[in-house]
Amino acid sequence: MKTCLIVDDSKVIRMVARKILHELDFETDEAVNGKDALEYCTKSLPDAILLDWNMPVMDGMEFLLALRQLPDGEQPVVIFCTTENDMEHIQRAIESGANEYIMKPFDSEIIQAKFTQVGLL
Amino acid sequence: MSPDDFEFTSEILKERSGLVLTTNKMYLLESRLLPVARNQGIDSIDDLVAEIRRKKDPALIVKVTEAMTTNESFFFRDNHPFETFTNEVLPKILEKRASQKSFKIWCAAASSGQEPYSLAMSILEQERKLSGWRYDIVGTDISHDILAKAKAGTYSQFEVQRGMPTTLLVKYFEKNAEQWELKPEVRKLVNFKYFNLLENPGPLGRFDIVFCRNVLIYFDQQTKGKVLDGISKIMSDDGVLFLGGAETVLGVSDAFKAIPGQRGVYGLTRNG
Repeated sequence: MKTCLIVDDSKVIRMVARKILHELDFETDEAVNGKDALEYCTKSLPDAILLDWNMPVMDGMEFLLALRQLPDGEQPVVIFCTTENDMEHIQRAIESGANEYIMKPFDSEIIQAKFTQVGLL
Repeated sequence: MSPDDFEFTSEILKERSGLVLTTNKMYLLESRLLPVARNQGIDSIDDLVAEIRRKKDPALIVKVTEAMTTNESFFFRDNHPFETFTNEVLPKILEKRASQKSFKIWCAAASSGQEPYSLAMSILEQERKLSGWRYDIVGTDISHDILAKAKAGTYSQFEVQRGMPTTLLVKYFEKNAEQWELKPEVRKLVNFKYFNLLENPGPLGRFDIVFCRNVLIYFDQQTKGKVLDGISKIMSDDGVLFLGGAETVLGVSDAFKAIPGQRGVYGLTRNG
């Protein structure tokens, strides 16, 4: 079973994403900000990370840049999942090492389509 | 809707578009026709059908047909046909057409344009190999309204996220308010035309690659055969046909045979 770390400060978004990912046969864990996610990743790297951008303590972009510096940190597939839906944010995310980008609001079809595109399904 | 009205409407749809409706599609018929009725200032579907029976207004019949034949589409639908196109079919076409340096693609049920535009983007991604080549993509559909949307090349955030890789989104789209607009370099590659698949496709020209995906499933056996035979006549001898995942030529048309190793891809039997 593939693993996905859901990183979002919204409890509701984490719950919705968890439900969709379980239906897609993923095992999930959760973090409420980039700092928690980075601590998680220093111990164990998931197959995928569903990553919000705007979070307190450490945002998604800071986390992504730090993750990619970790040993084997290039391995997890990172999919941003954020309300930031302008071209500049999307370009910056991809150039910074994100594998895909989901603009909120999302549904199970979008999650499935994006996870398929990056080869996780 | 009464069984009599359902039968009457189904007959019209089959005659005009080939669409076959079974009674379990009653809900679909009602949900699609209610907006048509409202747009005409008609209160109910029963009154809409009565109006069609009474006046047989061709414009209203077209609206009803369009409402029923407009189907959802998304970019790079099912993914694997586009991978097959890029990795298997296109390289062979480039080899076979090296002297003419041209090829033509027909998307036979283009709907709101996502399929032909996905092909256009796939081709643009191979641009290095296509210097000096001429390639045309023709997208046809039976609905004027959906063709207008296709020509505009403007999509919602939801539409661009279903199947579209983000790298292609940032490369080939521009954001305008809440809409995503395809850049002119993609739009200009696709020529959209009205066409009813029940008619003779001859006037559309000759094609090397035909996409006719997820449309035959709505037809009865006889209509499927007629459409496939029509397509076979306007394909170059070494042309290829892409069908949808739930569609086949087996038992429907002798004009095509499956190409081994390429799921959903068919060649012409007359090519040996």
